[in-house]
Amino acid sequence: MEKLSGAEMVVRALQDEGVEFLFGYPGGAVLHIYDAIFQQDTVNHILVRHEQAATHAADGYARSTGKPGVVLVTSGPGATNAVTGIATAYMDSIPMVVLSGQVRSDWIGDDAFQETDMIGICRPIVKHSFSIRDTADIPEVMKKAFYIATTGRPGPVLIDIPKDLTSPMAKFPYEYPSKVKMRSYNPVVRGHSGQIRKAVEEMLKAKRPVIYAGGGVVQGDASEFLINLARELNYPVTNTLMGLGSYPATDRQHLGMLGMHGTYEANMAMHNADFILAAGARFDDRVTNDTKKFAPGATIVHIDVDPAAISKNVRADIPIVGPVEHVLEEMLSIVKEIATKPDAKSLARWWEEIDGWRDHHGLRYEKNDNGLLKPQQVVESLYRATNGNAYVTSDVGQHQMFAAQFYKFDKPRQWINSGGLGTMGFGLPSAMGVQFAFPDSMVACVTGEASIQMNIQELSTCLQYHLPIKIININNQSLGMVRQWQDMQYGGRHSQSYMESLPDFVKLAESYGHVGIKVEKADQLDEAMDRAFSLKDRLVFLDVYVDPTEHVYPMHIADSSMRDMWLSKTERT
Amino acid sequence: MRRIISILMENEPGALSRVVGLFAQRGYNIETLTVAPTEDKTLSRLTLTTYGDDKKIEQITKQLNKLIEVVKLVDLTEGPHVEREIMLIKIKATGAQRAEVKRTVDIFRGQIVDVTNSLYTVQLAGTTDKLDAFIGAVEAQVMEVVRSGVSGIARGEKVLSI
Repeated sequence: MEKLSGAEMVVRALQDEGVEFLFGYPGGAVLHIYDAIFQQDTVNHILVRHEQAATHAADGYARSTGKPGVVLVTSGPGATNAVTGIATAYMDSIPMVVLSGQVRSDWIGDDAFQETDMIGICRPIVKHSFSIRDTADIPEVMKKAFYIATTGRPGPVLIDIPKDLTSPMAKFPYEYPSKVKMRSYNPVVRGHSGQIRKAVEEMLKAKRPVIYAGGGVVQGDASEFLINLARELNYPVTNTLMGLGSYPATDRQHLGMLGMHGTYEANMAMHNADFILAAGARFDDRVTNDTKKFAPGATIVHIDVDPAAISKNVRADIPIVGPVEHVLEEMLSIVKEIATKPDAKSLARWWEEIDGWRDHHGLRYEKNDNGLLKPQQVVESLYRATNGNAYVTSDVGQHQMFAAQFYKFDKPRQWINSGGLGTMGFGLPSAMGVQFAFPDSMVACVTGEASIQMNIQELSTCLQYHLPIKIININNQSLGMVRQWQDMQYGGRHSQSYMESLPDFVKLAESYGHVGIKVEKADQLDEAMDRAFSLKDRLVFLDVYVDPTEHVYPMHIADSSMRDMWLSKTERT
Repeated sequence: MRRIISILMENEPGALSRVVGLFAQRGYNIETLTVAPTEDKTLSRLTLTTYGDDKKIEQITKQLNKLIEVVKLVDLTEGPHVEREIMLIKIKATGAQRAEVKRTVDIFRGQIVDVTNSLYTVQLAGTTDKLDAFIGAVEAQVMEVVRSGVSGIARGEKVLSI
């Protein structure tokens, strides 16, 4: 058998897993591994400028491809810098393997230079973690890490590797296990047939049904089954922030996003439903508003691969534990063969009601007549310029909600954002991961002047690897969402929510070797947007000044039901 | 309601910290905790007691089951079971008190495992209630109490094993 050092084993295992990109940053504890990386060219190492960006880039790669993102960081500060990105991936169930260096094993616990208990720090934000104790264990641990990260409910897995165990001086036999069996980890592979049939029977009795589809549908590649099922039944579909794209947003049956900033029709339909099929969604507090007042008349079927997600926030009447793709597929085949058909008459009335909600309070905003842009216009212009075909990543805040509302995502994996953790600084590095995966596709990062500055250093990485990302900086010179809450709940006292001393983003982009374009008036927008996308091999930083007073609507009224919303600054339901 | 959750898990470094961490992270309380390897050295048996309504306990057991190192678990309080806790207790016993303490120990079927001129060290096994009752019944100064935490096993044919 071939003999390899620990460092060589790590790199060989990545090759055996088919890893294309490894996002990382070198440092003392991982130098042996970096030396092994230097001596091969199968795994492309991407040098970021901050370890947080490495995790977000791996995350963007994972979200857009469905393959695990892989990260390599050194011990101590390298590892702790990665923590925010690991937590981001954990909250959104993203498959990721993070390799962190550690001080040599005989120094662990001595507060050695750049030592940190990464296993301890990460315990609540990883699906699992491994601490390597013996070089010979590396192949098996790597196999297990990838297996755990990508199966069941996916998530990040950390491997902590002490430096001495990667030493080039000691070589051990290497064989990569073809499969792994763990008695304590057996993710469910099929939903319970009896439950599925029962759920379908209940579904066909519905008079006011809604399908509520979340990120699980995207991650499980279950979109096709969702679409066919919804069309077969003529049932309305609403998506969570994470589920956008799993059902075509331009389709008549799509009600848009639901929740705190969901559409009026989606939230009204949920509240008034007599049946809700929750597929790969987790009844997050940003969706349900007060759970005690949630959908009072609805029978709830909840499909989730994670049993702990079921009945955690809202009690499911018919729980189905299983991979959402298999369950939806099985539901579809039962619906096709069963004699019972949906109640067409009630359904027609239900659609009439939904269309009424749409007509009254569909997504809308008022344009300024003084030429000052509204942020929504920027997203609409982006949608037009890209024909709805771009991968769109976002940061966190108002611009994220405007992107979710106004960019009509027709395909899964097209919309990439930090939903669960809400991580500012996610947008640019995740766009890098997407652009690495799809070098010929349009990748836009919708961001704000606050979020972009949280990982602005990655403009340098983008230059190094010629990533032609289009950064759409919706610049309202303030922390828009914070400001909105202060307007609505704190008497307009804008405590620390404005951004003074902004850089000249055009010059900043140029100093990093990119193209910068500033847009200050509405009539400049479309032309600038088109120009940005015409520069196919350049990163373009579009700095668009918008009205800082704009709010995101609809907005749930706190501690109420889903139907209780602010519809504008002055109207509420 | 008080629950006894008994867990069979991989006997690996870090496994215990994950179980304990989960309780802290999700805001559950651990009342007692006891853990030791089983006859199969690759497995540990961990027993803990906690309080919660059905919804909370359902979440706790689901979250525990998600931990990769947890092989199996059971809520012993769902069915008939035997539970035991061991207590070592040092009691001041001088003069006439010595006979009195000895009598109480006998009533509770405890054993005196160490004796000095002024102290008895008593070993007592039983349910949590019984140990509490003993402490309440001893009419002498209690110097030190060490309790093992609850261990438990299901009655009858039911077995928690792999």
